[in-house]
Order: sequence, then C-alpha cells, then structure tokens
Amino acid sequence: MSHETCPSVKNILLLDSDGKRVAVKYFSEDWPTNSAKENFEKVVFNKTQKTNARTEAEISMFENNIVVYKFVQDLHFFVTGGDYENELILATVLQAFFDSVGLLLRGNVDKKEALENLDLILLCIDEIADGGIILETDPNVIAGKVASNSIDSGAPLSEQTLSQALATAREHLARSLLK
Amino acid sequence: MAQPLVKKDDDHDDEADYSPFLGIEKGAVLQEARVFNDPQLDARRCSQVITKLLYLLNQGETFTKVEATEVFFAVTKLFQSRDLGLRRMVYLIIKELSPSADEVIIVTSSLMKDMISKTDMYRANSIRVLCRITDGTLLTQIERYLKQGIVDKNPVVASAALVSGIHLLQTSPEIVKRWSNEVQEAVQSRAALVQFHALALLHQIRQNDRLAISKLVTSLTRGNVRSPLAQCLLIRYTSQVIRESGNNTQSADRPFYDYLESCLRHKSEMVIFEAARSITELNGVTSRELTPAITVLQLFLSSSKPVLRFAAVRTLNKVAMTHPMAVTNCNIDMESLISDQNRSIATLAITTLLKTGNESSVDRLMKQITNFMSDIADEFKIVVVEAIRSLCLKFPLKYRSLMNFLSNILREEGGFDYKKAIVDSIVILIRDIPDAKESGLLHLCEFIEDCEFTYLSTQILHFLGVEGPKTSDPSKYIRYIYNRVHLENATVRASAVSTMAKFGAAVDALKPRIFVLLRRCLFDSDDEVRDRATLYLNTLGGDGAVVETDEDVKDFLFGSFDIPLVNLETSLKNFEPSEEAFDIDSVPREVKSQPLAEKKASGKKPTGLGAPPRAPSSTIDSYERMLLSIPEFANFGKLFKSSEPVELTEAETEYAVNVVKHIFDRHVVFQYNCTNTIPEQLLENVIVIVDASEAEEFSDVFSKPLRSLPYDSPGQTFVAFEKPEGLPVAGKFSNVLKFIVKEVDPSTGEAEDDGVEDEYQLEDMEVVTADYILKVGVSNFRGAWESMGPDYERVDEYGLGPRESLAEAVNTVINLLGMQPCEGTETVPPNSRSHTCLLSGVFIGNVKVLVRLSFGLDGPKDVAMKLSVRSEDETVSDTIHEIVASG
Repeated sequence: MSHETCPSVKNILLLDSDGKRVAVKYFSEDWPTNSAKENFEKVVFNKTQKTNARTEAEISMFENNIVVYKFVQDLHFFVTGGDYENELILATVLQAFFDSVGLLLRGNVDKKEALENLDLILLCIDEIADGGIILETDPNVIAGKVASNSIDSGAPLSEQTLSQALATAREHLARSLLK
Repeated sequence: MAQPLVKKDDDHDDEADYSPFLGIEKGAVLQEARVFNDPQLDARRCSQVITKLLYLLNQGETFTKVEATEVFFAVTKLFQSRDLGLRRMVYLIIKELSPSADEVIIVTSSLMKDMISKTDMYRANSIRVLCRITDGTLLTQIERYLKQGIVDKNPVVASAALVSGIHLLQTSPEIVKRWSNEVQEAVQSRAALVQFHALALLHQIRQNDRLAISKLVTSLTRGNVRSPLAQCLLIRYTSQVIRESGNNTQSADRPFYDYLESCLRHKSEMVIFEAARSITELNGVTSRELTPAITVLQLFLSSSKPVLRFAAVRTLNKVAMTHPMAVTNCNIDMESLISDQNRSIATLAITTLLKTGNESSVDRLMKQITNFMSDIADEFKIVVVEAIRSLCLKFPLKYRSLMNFLSNILREEGGFDYKKAIVDSIVILIRDIPDAKESGLLHLCEFIEDCEFTYLSTQILHFLGVEGPKTSDPSKYIRYIYNRVHLENATVRASAVSTMAKFGAAVDALKPRIFVLLRRCLFDSDDEVRDRATLYLNTLGGDGAVVETDEDVKDFLFGSFDIPLVNLETSLKNFEPSEEAFDIDSVPREVKSQPLAEKKASGKKPTGLGAPPRAPSSTIDSYERMLLSIPEFANFGKLFKSSEPVELTEAETEYAVNVVKHIFDRHVVFQYNCTNTIPEQLLENVIVIVDASEAEEFSDVFSKPLRSLPYDSPGQTFVAFEKPEGLPVAGKFSNVLKFIVKEVDPSTGEAEDDGVEDEYQLEDMEVVTADYILKVGVSNFRGAWESMGPDYERVDEYGLGPRESLAEAVNTVINLLGMQPCEGTETVPPNSRSHTCLLSGVFIGNVKVLVRLSFGLDGPKDVAMKLSVRSEDETVSDTIHEIVASG
C-alpha cells in the first residue's frame, strides 16, 4: 500500500542473446523462487527477442507488469514495474542502467565485456535502486559512483584515472550514438 | 577441460561462448574464499572471489546454511582492508547473504564504524547495508547516525539514509516517525534526489494524517520541486488530496487542478504524462478538465518513442471506457497506430478505436483489423474480440459485418480461450440482436462441423436446442446436429441427442423425422447416448406422429433446474434407501452466500455460455440436522430458511452472543450462539429471556437452556415461537441473557460450588418479511419473467431520497428484500446514471417471486426507483411492495 504512491521497480534484468542471465536483481516478492524468476525471464525474453529494441527502448506487458527493454549487441536490458507505474519513469531507469553500463564498459557493450566486469555491473544495479526504490537516474553519477571505487582495486579501469576513464567512456558512448 | 586447437571458422562461436566464469563450480569457489582469511590480504584477488560468489548467487545457486555462515564470517575479516573497491564488494555480498540475527551482530560494529567514517561512500553504503540486514532491536543503537545521515551534506549519504528509512517504516514505524524534523529539513534540500526521497518518506510518515498531507501539498505546489521524480510524487499526492477532499465542489473549480494543469507544460515528459494521467483519473472529471490532458496525450501518440506512444494509448484506452467522446479527437492518430511495430500499442489502439468509433467508421475499421489479426498473439485477439462484441451491441445495425468478422476468425487457427471468446460473443449477439439470430446460428453450426473442443461443441449444441426451434426454419439445423452423432466422441453425441429431442418437443411438424433419427441412436456404442435416446423416445409421446408434446413432459425434460446441485448432492448422500422414493422437493433450495475467496475468483460477470456460478456451501443442511436432533423441534416440519447470524453484543464484551433465525412453516426458532470470554468464569443454566410483547402474533412455546458455558467454548441455547401458518408475520423481540455465574480458579481450572444468578442485557432483534424469502437464483431471468406472465404483476414507483451513490441505493434495496441478484446485475458500473437490477427468490409457501428494479438518478443525489414484481400469488407481490414501502 505504502509503496503504491512511490515509484518503484520490481526487477532489473540483464540477459544475453540466448535469454541466459548475465546479472539480475529482483526487488519484489512477486517471484519468490528461482524457478519463478527464471520462468518470468523466459517468457519476457521469448516475447521480446524478435522485436527491434536497438534504437529506442521498447515496452510491453507481462502478467500485469510493465516491462521496458532495450538491446545492444548480444545484451538484453530489462526493467519491470507494476501495472500502475508511470511508463516513462521505468524507461528513465532503463536508460540510466543502459547508459551507465555503456560508460562503465567504455562503449564495448557486449556479453563478454559485461561478464569480465561483472562486479561493475552488479555495483551499477546496486546504485540504481535500493529495495526497488529508485536511487539515482543520472548515468554519469551512477558510473562515477561505481568507477570511483574500482580505482585501486585492479579492475580493468585501473590503469586510467577516473576522469580519463569517464572521458573515454563518454567518447565511446557518443560515437556509438552517432553510428 | 583442455581444448584441442581451435579451427579458424569456429573462432567466432568460441568467442561468443567465452566467459570468465566458464566451468565455475560452487565447491571450488568456496575453497577459494579461504583467501579472505589470509593475514596478508590481496584486495584484488578477494574482489574477484566475491564477484564469483555473487555470480553463483545470481545464477540461482544456493548456499547451505553452513556454507553461507562460513562465507559470511570470512567476509567480515575483509573489513580490515582499506581498499575502497573491495569494501564495496563486501557491502554487496553481505546484503546478498542476508545473514541471520546472531550473525548480524558480528558486523554491526564494523558497519557502525563506517557510518561515522570521513569517506562519503563508506557512510552511505554502511547505512544501506545495516538497515537492510538489521532487525528492530539494533535500530535504537544506530538511530542517532541515521538521523545525522538524513541531513548529511553529501546527497548520496542523505539519500541512503532516507531510502533506508522508507524500508524501515514497514517494520519499525514508531522509530522512523521520530525523524520527522530531519526529514522535513531534507525536503528543502538542494539536491534533486534527496528531495525526492525525503518527500516519499515524509508522505509515508504522515499518510494517515490528511490535514498534514494537504498542508504539505499546498506548500510544495507553490514552491519549487527540483527533480522530475519528486514532481511525479507531488502529482500523486495532489491527486490523493483531491480524491479525499471529495467532489463536493462539482460546479466550482477543483482545488489544485491548476497545479496539475500547469504540470502539463513541464519540460520533462515523465511529469507531463504523470499529470495527464492524474487528470484523466479524477473522480467525475469534466470534459473541460479533460481537454488539456487529452491534447498532450495526443501529441505523445505520434512520438518516435514506443514507450511514450504506449503510455499515451494505454491511458486514452482507459479514458475511452468512461468518456469516449473526449477521445474521438485522437482517432486519426490512433488509426495510424494500428500498424505500429509494437503489437501492444497496436492492440490498445484498436480497442480504443472500437470504443470510440462511430457507426460510419465500423466497416473501415473492420477491414484494418482483419489484416492485423493474423499477426498478434491469442491474448491480444481476445481483447479485440471483446471490444468488437461491445461495439456490435452499441451499433446493432452493423451486426452483419461484425458477425461476418467473428465467423471468419472463428474458422482460423486459435487456442481454446480465444475460440471460446468468439463463441461467447456470437451467443451474446444472437441473444441481444434478434436480426442476427439466424446467421449467427448458422455460423455456430458450421463451426461445430470442425471443432476440436468438446466443451465448445456441447455448449453450442445446447444453445442450438434452445434457440433453433424458435427460428423460421428449424429443420435446416437438424442436419448439422445429426452429423455430430456420426462423427464425434460420446460426450458430444449425447448432447446432440438431447438437442434433437428439444427440436422434436418444440416443433411438432419435425417430430416424426426426429423419431427416426433418435431410433438410430439406440444402437450407439455409448451408454449415455443410448439412455438419452431411449428416454426421449419414450417421453416425447405420439410415437412419431405429429402431435404436441405435453407441457409437463417438456418441463420435466428441459425445464430449468432450480435446485442447487450441491444441495441435491448432500440430500442424495443422506438419503437412506427405503420403501419411500426420494422426494426432490425435500432438497433445500437456499443458496448460501459464497465465501469471500470464492467470490473473488468468480468475480467476473457470467457471460455468454458460462452459466451463472453456483457454488453454495450448505450450512443449511447442518442447521437442519442439528435442529432435528432436538426432540422438541422434530415435529416442526421442514426448515424453510436460516438467516445469517445477527450480532446481539458489541465486539469484545464479556459475553459474545449472536442469533440465527430459523423459519419453519408454523414456527420460528431462535438459535443463540453464546461465547464466554472471561477465563475466570463458568456460566451455567444459560438461557435467553425473550420479550415478545412487540410481536403479538408470536407465542412462546419452548426454550432449551444451555447447561454449562465454560470459557471460550461456544454453546447454543434455543427459543421457539409459534406463528400463524405460512404467513410472513413480522415482530420485534428484546433479549436478556440469564445465567448462574461461578468463579473459576485460573490455576486449577476448577469452578467454585456456589454460583450467583446474573443477567446480561442483549440487543433487540427483529423478524422481518425478508426472513421469509429464500435467495434462489434463476439462470435465465428474462425467460423466467416471461413465463411467469403479467397476471400478478405489481408495479409502483418510489423516491429513495438523497443517497451516497447509485450502487449504495441498489445494495440497500437488495439487502432489504433479501433476494438473490441475477445475472450480475447487483454491480453498478461506475458513473452510470441509471441501473436495472434483477432479483429472484422463493417466498414462504414455495411461491416464486421475480423482481425487476429500475434505478435512476434524479437530480444530483436523489435516487428514484421503479419496482416491478411478478409472482405466482398476488398477495406475495403486494407483500414485496410493502417491504419496500415500509423500509
């Protein structure tokens, strides 16, 4: 009841081109077991894989939930919200997820890169929503928060300073948008 | 594991399959986690291991309790490392492991240290982690830090504390409510998201205080709210305030409407849409208020972004249900969406158009839809079929093209639910549009020629039997029906036999031919088919000559069966084989109201072929058995009706008493269900003294006291009255509970020997005329109404005065009469100005009564009602009017 008025997301999913999980995070109790979750992912993936969600985010409804999604290379990004949720808020969250992953992977957004930097992807999801409540929607801020922590941890970004990393990432992103 | 040298052309595949987690295995990773215990921590290595653990959890792998505990303890060692990245991963895995309460204590001090760290990232994350894993007991210890966090200069820390507050409010509301001042301060924050989170938390803290919410909205709608998200929240709260202030300002401008309207010009689409949607959802929204919202939604329809188009068309679709005229302006944009790549958008556009379309556009629309139907999923097709059905009912003149459309899609591929939706629609059209009957029936006949669903075949055959004989040329359906006897499974064959018999019974000229066909069925391989054929051949009469079938026989064979099947089943189970034959009139007819859960499940109105749901539980049987077991009541005869329990005490008093009124032909029995809620007392010789001085026609015959009423184990006492035979006499009774009270020693449970006499005043109760009416539904109200005839019809009009709503007025009258609403007419669609409600019941003495209530709003709140009653007895019809007149 109390969450009804506060915009929230039920899950954030990142699947590969076979519908397999790269990283998923569920905030809602709607899917209590792993098989319920996998089933939802399967339905959503099968019903969306033929659509063209590469230039603009697409949208559909499943089991009384709104799902917005966007694909790039072999990665499928999904954000799910309740029946009543403002579609544009969900799309904003999706775009935030999509763009910050782009920044963090410095424009090389594909499954291989995503798995190699899985820690960044997981931290990114963690910075976007807490228990379903939207924490941040600005991709630069999200990527900044995630990247700042990986500076001296020896992750692939470590050779560069933060500002360098972000600059390259932005450049990559801009280039991919211009394509 | 070693792979042979890769061939060149496999290169690509291999790269796609490459994963840093290839061949990862839980046991091995758990082994690796031992590095957490190294005295010299390798931060990078540890991070990698945590990532692997998180990967496993993410893939759905589970850790046993022991494994999780081991990992958790190892992870807590990593707080020694000062590496920022590793610390972030530590936070993440602690949340994922969701440790138990005794484990939480281990990390509490480390996390509390981080809460007062100078590093912003530590403060923000440690707050989120600790709030996620803590239970209420720890909260008081960290409350101080959380309050500080809310007003922290760093927005990330403030947001972390506020969002944690929103979560904690669910479990420890009393603590979080103490933070109001800090949260209030955070609402004024310059950081956009802090304001958003603070607003959400403040609203939840005060959600039960309407005045505070109203003040909050008033001040914020004037001030500046920074982020689009916070703006959306404010719009939601504003519409809540509008909703709760009621619509007593119908004529004048709505408060805050201006604010919503101004949000339509916001620069963020998210806010514009939220405001537009809120306006369309206002209670009793006027077309003037709607117009600006519809205009912005119309612009969204031609956006290049699918999400915007979807959001707009979904909202307009809802508006079209209540204000179709307001949406017609968007029809041109909507039509171009029929070919939208996104099938959800296309379906929503179609169904909106079907709701708003006018008569002249129907043909064009149907053409567009036909092209579109082939490439959408079944569930969308059902939505379209339902929309077409309502369109056809709106424009009956267009039935030809719509019926054609339905029959075309009926021939195409499709699953059961889809086919059923089409068949249901055709059936409804046949019922409601007389001109469509003949063509509709032929479409159905053609469908069963090639129908793979037994259920649909039998339902259609049944329907043909009802409607077919009434057409101009019934003989043309016989061929289709008889074909089923040759080509189908036994279930369908049996129902085909019944359908043929119906034709034979209804159309005398066809009888000789039907007999020939039925005789052939005597050689069927299935029992049921042979039995049915034999039964019909022997009962229809005339032995194949052109004669009329007896009315009684028709009624016996095909008449409506108005005894609830569940009751019949129980009665048959209780029946002991004896000389006497089973008497079907002995089966109780009372339909008990369904338990709530079932109601929810069958909440949809019965449409089309679906018969009205009848799932009564039969508590009346248990009542009857119980009463008959009491010798004094055994000669009262058959129980006619038992009322719902009526409470005679307030909730949570010393003694809880309710009464059930059992109506017999010459007697009334009051069953008092008593519960003693005081552990220190034992009640004995419990009896209710009933004063019937205001119920002159009742005379006291017998009371049965309750010997002993210990704590918390309910018991019953009975009082019986005699009343004039078969008459619905009313009366008022006052009740006093009398008993001997004995003290009970709670430690031993033993009662003292001496008791004291005492009395306890109960509330009064009444026997009203509605107690003499049984709720008995009929499956086809119109048919029952027609066959009852206008001989004893009584019609009158009543003014019900100002009412809260039409639905409230309808409910009041239904409850007053105590009759069964039929065909789902007890629900009033929102915003309707008039409503017709159909009721049916059986009056004492087994007199069937049917009531047709027409309600209309007369002026803003006044409800007027026309009451038509038909029954088998004119005094009963008059009595119904008396109930309403005196109620």
